[in-house]
Amino acid sequence: MPDAPILQVTDLSVEYAAERQDVRAVDSVSLWVGKGEFVGVVGESGCGKSTLLFAIAQLLSPPASIVAGSVSFNGQNLVTMTEKQLNVLRWRDYSVVMQSAMNALNPVISIGAQFRDALQAHGRFSAADIADRSGEVLALVGIDRVHLKSYPHQLSGGMRQRAMIAMALLFTPDLVIMDEPTSALDVVAQRSLMGQIRELQRTLGFAVLFVTHDMSLVSHYSDQLLVMYAGQVVEIGLTRTVFDTPAHPYSRGLLDAFPSVRGERRRLTGIPGSPPSLGRPPSGCRFHERCPVAEAECTTEQPELYPVGEVASRCLLNRPPAVKG
Amino acid sequence: MSAEPPAGGEGVSSQERPGPLLEATGLTKHFKVGGNLARKTLHAVDDVDLVINPREIVALVGESGSGKSTVARLLARVYMPTRGEIRYRGQSLASMRSRRQSMRYRSDVPMVFQDPFSSLNPAYPVSHGINRGLILHRPELSRPQRRAEAIRVVETVGLRPAAHILDRFPYELSGGQRQRIGFAQALAYRPTVILADEPVSMLDVSIRIGLLNVMADLREQEDVSFLYITHDIASARYVSDRLLVMYAGHIVESGPTEEVLAAPKHPYTQLLLSAVPDPRAGIADGPIDKGEPPRVVDPLPGCRFRRRCPLAIDACSTVSPALRELSPGHSAACHVAR
Ligand SMILES: Nc1ncnc2c1ncn2[C@@H]1O[C@H](COP(=O)(O)OP(=O)(O)OP(=O)(O)O)[C@@H](O)[C@H]1O
Ligand SMILES: Nc1ncnc2c1ncn2[C@@H]1O[C@H](COP(=O)(O)OP(=O)(O)OP(=O)(O)O)[C@@H](O)[C@H]1O
Ligand SMILES: [Mg+2]
Ligand SMILES: [Mg+2]
Repeated sequence: MPDAPILQVTDLSVEYAAERQDVRAVDSVSLWVGKGEFVGVVGESGCGKSTLLFAIAQLLSPPASIVAGSVSFNGQNLVTMTEKQLNVLRWRDYSVVMQSAMNALNPVISIGAQFRDALQAHGRFSAADIADRSGEVLALVGIDRVHLKSYPHQLSGGMRQRAMIAMALLFTPDLVIMDEPTSALDVVAQRSLMGQIRELQRTLGFAVLFVTHDMSLVSHYSDQLLVMYAGQVVEIGLTRTVFDTPAHPYSRGLLDAFPSVRGERRRLTGIPGSPPSLGRPPSGCRFHERCPVAEAECTTEQPELYPVGEVASRCLLNRPPAVKG
Repeated sequence: MSAEPPAGGEGVSSQERPGPLLEATGLTKHFKVGGNLARKTLHAVDDVDLVINPREIVALVGESGSGKSTVARLLARVYMPTRGEIRYRGQSLASMRSRRQSMRYRSDVPMVFQDPFSSLNPAYPVSHGINRGLILHRPELSRPQRRAEAIRVVETVGLRPAAHILDRFPYELSGGQRQRIGFAQALAYRPTVILADEPVSMLDVSIRIGLLNVMADLREQEDVSFLYITHDIASARYVSDRLLVMYAGHIVESGPTEEVLAAPKHPYTQLLLSAVPDPRAGIADGPIDKGEPPRVVDPLPGCRFRRRCPLAIDACSTVSPALRELSPGHSAACHVAR
């Protein structure tokens, strides 16, 4: 890769402290995002994706905390920064679009005022500049600018989501972190929005790290793909390669489970069983109870990430022979 | 599990059906917007007619901001209509005034809200909401029966171990877990129609299929009908019998799901379907529709899609097109469509 990564996450672990037992929602995750790169994160509901993004953006609050690892952003370790230092970077150098816009937007402040506050936190702007920039980013996401005066509850689900994305684009950050940015958008709006973001990325060069359940979104827009299962990375590599030849059985299951708008209509079943409890993860490979190709050793042996061609897979079947035995 | 596709119901012809379960005519909802000065009227829903029959899954798709949630909220009596009427089993909702009738309606026709982050009460564990619903709507159950019922519904939506999940607070759950709690609450009421507003948007494909199968099974086994609002058109195809397409406050097309998908009549439906990506296909940066948002604030007469429409004729800028039946059961609101 030509450039040093914008974001380098190394062995990051996050725990929710609980009375009965701590829940390790992110377990030793490493990833990196290059300049101008799109990195997609997929995985089962509850596997730790939002927790991972929160940890990277330094937005965790108790009982959650980073228990190990580092997050290097433009060469600086965010984990050890003070809140004051972080405030300088947030919105301007990296911005975050959370899974629930309703949670992220302040319900009693109009959209326009929230944009103004975000802008003013980083410098002096005239009222005209603020109005211009706010209207501009709203137009970018396809919202009528009359809604600068609207409160979050006056917007539809998808409009709130787009308002959040607009806010993340107020400055020209190096990294935009997005948690399910288009789950409330119709496909036309989604295409147009992602197209615009791609365009901006080409002209401004920012990178995007995003979580989604939408397989077509990752397939069309991410360069690298990270598949998570039960708090861990189980497969990571070029999106195209993972789609064409998924190495991990969980990735294969995920890629087989979506219905199509074309062709024959048939009953699908998804991956059998339910996700394991993160408080008490299964022994051996965390996926073994649901895995169609599990072998005896999978119940006891913990797999690591093994290189398989251009990707890495956490499956004992992918363990290189030299390491075996 | 049957090998049959889950969307069934094609065998029942419309003549054999008993009367509609839920029916709206001329449903309209306007909001005042634009701050205190410059008061404007936002037409969220205009003149919508819709029918949900017994044992029917009706999917509602359409542009973001087109009024889908508002339709569901009107049907759930969260909003009062500006105009129009809603009837449940033939009885007008406006005439259901007693508390008993309202409660009955609420448990028969519950709504699953789009945003599970704001619809669950953060002050109580998950069990609280389900329990409260059961006490209100199914008072015949004893305390242990309520517990058993709560466990049943939570397991139905694929959350295990259910007992453990019930003790958690909403903020201790992930987005997709919360979303399924919203769905489980609706199931606890033993409803006849569930108004499900984007109930699977935060679920991964595997769990999503599981929940869609739950919907199909509820229809098969317990005769539950659904209004299923979604942006995932493949999933609408997977479970629904009929498809409604909304654009800027209007229903612009309606018909049997397979037929609408195979031969969409309205240019917006055509645009929408052409944008549905195939995840298995390679990266294709197709032409991007940079269409500006439709004007729903103080809208002028005429078709609201006309400025983006490749087929627009003169009439489109003066006369609002009404839904016309173009083939049996399949209608579109377009002057040009045939
Ligand atoms: N405050 C908390 N206390 C204990 N456990 C928690 C807490 N918050 C989240 N969890 C658990 O941590 C796990 C990871 O949650 P997270 O929100 O990161 O999942 P996710 O991958 O984003 O899921 P989704 O796709 O459903 O949004 C979940 O199993 C969740 O139940
Ligand atoms: N309480 C409200 N006050 C003012 N305007 C509202 C209110 N609720 C909805 N609206 C407006 O009504 C229109 C329709 O909103 P609605 O939430 O029904 O859309 P939707 O089709 O559900 O969209 P999405 O797919 O994005 O969820 C939007 O323009 C929205 O701004
Ligand atoms: Mg999440
Ligand atoms: Mg909505």
